[in-house]
Amino acid sequence: MNTPEYLKYAKTDEWVKVDGNIATIGISDFAQDQLSDVVFIEFNHEINDMVSVGDALATIESVKAAADVNCPISGKVLEINEGLTDIPETLNSDPYEKGWLYKIEMSSSAELNDLMDAAAYAAFCEGRH
Amino acid sequence: MVEPTLYELSSSGRRGFEYPEQDVPSTRLPEGLLRKDLPMPELSELDVVRHFTHLSRKNYSIDGGFYPLGSCTMKYNPRINEVVARLNGFARAHPLQPIETAQGSLVVMYMLQEALKEITGLAAVSLQPAAGAHGELVGVLIMRAYHLSRGDSKRTKILVPDSAHGTNPASSSMAGFEPVNIPSDARGNVDLEKLKEICDASTAGLMLTNPNTLGLFDEHVLEVIEIVHNAGGLVYGDGANLNALLGITRPGDLGFDILHINLHKTFSTPHGGGGPGSGPLAVAAHLADFLPDPLVGIVDPGDEETPPLYGFLHPSQSIGRIKSFHGHFGIIVRALTFILMQGAEGLKEVSEMAVLNANYLMALLKKDYHLPYDRDCMHEFVLEGVWPDAPDIHALDVAKRLMDYGLHPPTNYFPLIVNEALMIEPTESESKQTLDYFVDVMRKIAREAHEQPDLLHDAPHDTPVGRLDEVKAAKDLVLCCWRPEE
Amino acid sequence: MFIPHTDVERQEMLKAIGKKNTAELFNAIPEAFRYPKLELPDALSEMAALQQFSEWAEANNACNDMVCFLGAGAYNHYIPAAVDFLLQRGDFFTAYTPYQPEISQGTLQAIFEFQTLVANLTGMEAANASHYDGATAAAEACISAFHHFKGKRPKFVLSPLLNPQYVDTVKTYFGLLVDAQVVVPDAHKPQACIDAIDGQTALVLVQYPDFLGNIHDWSALVKSAHESGALVAFAANPIALGLLKAPAEFGADFVVGEGQPLGIPMSFGGPYLGYFATRKEFVRKISGRIVGETVDQTGRRGYVLTLTAREQHIRREKATSNICSNQALMALAATIYMSLRGKNGLRKVAELCYQKAHYAAAEIGKLKGFRLVNTQPFFHEFVIECPISVADINEHLLEHGIIGGYDLEETYPHMRNSMLLAVTEMNSKDEIDALVEVLAEVANG
Repeated sequence: MNTPEYLKYAKTDEWVKVDGNIATIGISDFAQDQLSDVVFIEFNHEINDMVSVGDALATIESVKAAADVNCPISGKVLEINEGLTDIPETLNSDPYEKGWLYKIEMSSSAELNDLMDAAAYAAFCEGRH
Repeated sequence: MVEPTLYELSSSGRRGFEYPEQDVPSTRLPEGLLRKDLPMPELSELDVVRHFTHLSRKNYSIDGGFYPLGSCTMKYNPRINEVVARLNGFARAHPLQPIETAQGSLVVMYMLQEALKEITGLAAVSLQPAAGAHGELVGVLIMRAYHLSRGDSKRTKILVPDSAHGTNPASSSMAGFEPVNIPSDARGNVDLEKLKEICDASTAGLMLTNPNTLGLFDEHVLEVIEIVHNAGGLVYGDGANLNALLGITRPGDLGFDILHINLHKTFSTPHGGGGPGSGPLAVAAHLADFLPDPLVGIVDPGDEETPPLYGFLHPSQSIGRIKSFHGHFGIIVRALTFILMQGAEGLKEVSEMAVLNANYLMALLKKDYHLPYDRDCMHEFVLEGVWPDAPDIHALDVAKRLMDYGLHPPTNYFPLIVNEALMIEPTESESKQTLDYFVDVMRKIAREAHEQPDLLHDAPHDTPVGRLDEVKAAKDLVLCCWRPEE
Repeated sequence: MFIPHTDVERQEMLKAIGKKNTAELFNAIPEAFRYPKLELPDALSEMAALQQFSEWAEANNACNDMVCFLGAGAYNHYIPAAVDFLLQRGDFFTAYTPYQPEISQGTLQAIFEFQTLVANLTGMEAANASHYDGATAAAEACISAFHHFKGKRPKFVLSPLLNPQYVDTVKTYFGLLVDAQVVVPDAHKPQACIDAIDGQTALVLVQYPDFLGNIHDWSALVKSAHESGALVAFAANPIALGLLKAPAEFGADFVVGEGQPLGIPMSFGGPYLGYFATRKEFVRKISGRIVGETVDQTGRRGYVLTLTAREQHIRREKATSNICSNQALMALAATIYMSLRGKNGLRKVAELCYQKAHYAAAEIGKLKGFRLVNTQPFFHEFVIECPISVADINEHLLEHGIIGGYDLEETYPHMRNSMLLAVTEMNSKDEIDALVEVLAEVANG
């Protein structure tokens, strides 16, 4: 299972990449593996929306599951990877790069402290089936 | 062989059914409101009969074989039920015709209500809900109405065990409640300590399936119910597993306040490929006024000379109407036929044999499959369809391989609290020979899983189609065989 | 009854599980509540059961004995003989839900064809595998619209001429949801429906033809709704759609309805068939099972339940609806019926209903004391104002072996002495003339 070192992770399996004040968000390799083949993505927000931790940013559907992407960090939506709706399988093949979902301008970088680092997340995933 | 679709068989100008000529003078049709084209197929009667005959041959069915589907109660559907439902007096009755002209149908409905009250130990029954999930929704709406009638609007949560059927949390959400998960303990019972912790003044009630989806009767059911009642909540019973309890115990006696019943499970009405079902809802006396409107009852008691007049009542605090008309009469009459033919002793035998069959299978299979909860089960039990020393095999593969032996797989991947679950419910209809055959096959498959796993991976081999590409189905979303533009 | 075990087999099985008798299997049940004595009638043999139920069936005066002019949501149509013979095939009616598609291709293909026929009948792009009935299908349309707007539009506008049972059902489904608002404008002002639509409206629900039989051109309403950003659902009679413009042509977003007229017996109210059609863009927002086409690993065409991630068994509390069963066998009946009728038959049955109803309306309208109320074009139901109460008229009609129409005062208190009559292809000219004769008697006597 792939867990890049340079990212932070939420208990609900989202990853966050921090670049200055901008957070890029996606779902982890563990999540895409649990879901199996993704067939559909629906984004629930638009550019300039304010989002808070826990908001349902998107819904991801596979043949055996449907899951919400939970917002790991509050802020303003800057960009959305709308192109994914045509090629949802990207979330399976490249969850950390091409499979990014949202770019958010963080309103409180202190919230990053609530997230896990790669080692902690990898250990967390070990305990789950 | 792939069976063509209706449109592929269609031939322009071919006619099926012929109508008698119009015997009244014609009047103008409304211009501007007529459709120009009706893109429907054109087939002869033989085309249609052959087509659907071919389709039927591709189906597995109870008539064709054993269906050990946990939670579904795939028992034999007696033919006499079909004869009774088709009696002209029943089939040709309009739901709104004057009650004096429909006393036969109304008596049937009344008698089923009375029988279900007796069987469940509850005080009142509505036959209006169309299916189990529908009955559940009604039950949850009644919970809400009851609390609101007491002036209590703080009860926003419904407790749902982690082993529950998906309809339980879905129904709760649909009615505006917040479903809260209650874990099970190591013996498969509701975790009493957790329950005591979570139960409070915000609890509207608990939705409990008993026996639960592991096939286990909760060893502390009386305490569970007491805890919820003491907190001011109601206890809703999911009656999907009632086949284990007929004449054995009554949910109402145990303290359940509300119970839905699946006539298409416990009472032998046919599954029809996915429906229709019927989900009567039974309630304790303090909830009777909230039942859906209309409710079948006696509108005039009559006297020594005249029999009672059956009709429709309107419960004083009814949650309202939940579908058109008064219930699935065709299913109701089939269920009553079954009950009247069994009688009290017969119903008890149904449950005793259903439970004996399940325990028999469990005892014979637990050597070859891991049994997570090793205690006497009720009418169903759950095995794991994985082996630590056959890591590439999943429950799905076992399920598909069973088809090669002419058997329908058990319920897969449910309940969620068991890893790679195979939920098995034989019902009382199956003979020892059928059960022994099933055990033989399951043992064979367990061996194959270790020695020739590809037989499972590539299964099924002998069915009309092999494993289907579900990802393609969800992505391409082809939902019609033909559309006018094509 | 229906239990195969011999005494010998029971003993063998008990021995295999190490029990002396079945009572030992029920030790988990609290002793005080074990083995209740059920007060039920003594068991009947099959012969006796048939005898008993035949007596009850004969206690009815159903539409095999009586001439029927009653509609109001359930209709007396002819069911071709082939329908029931096919439904009685055990591989159809004793089959389970097609969760294992490899051994359920019969059911799956039949439902796929049902979806197609419903889509083409309504002019829409897709349909699901059915709901319980027309009323719950209408409620599910409201739920889909509610979720489509993510709860931001909490208002539903229901036409006052929608079947009153549909109105009641929608109100029950939404009544206890604090955030939703179900609005039914005043019956006397048709324009009131359009006036009620605003930026808070998720869905407008109209009936076609309406409860009183009228055929409306809903174009203006649909335009107005769409301009306000609201969706529109039509509750449509499927037989009428054999003749009338498809709801898709008006711009409907959802089309729902009661499929009972399509080869399903009236059976005192059920089981019936709710159908639900929509555009592809909404397909993920709707509830109910859906069958999709795909291929197996050798490239053979096959069918599966798809978009199951929306449903209760996966999504659980996040599912948009709790629906599990559909009306599969009734959908099969409708598919067989529509196949037998085909393009020509469906048009023909609609025309027969239309012409016979208009003949009946014209003849009754000529009678002194009776007045045809409908001013719009109507399909196969119409309203007549009577000289005396509908209850009295119907009593009179019963004596002549006729089940009369629906008493509208039950639904619309201002419509006194008004009867809703339905005429179908089952009513011969002789039967209609007989009806007119008896009504004439009533007016004179």
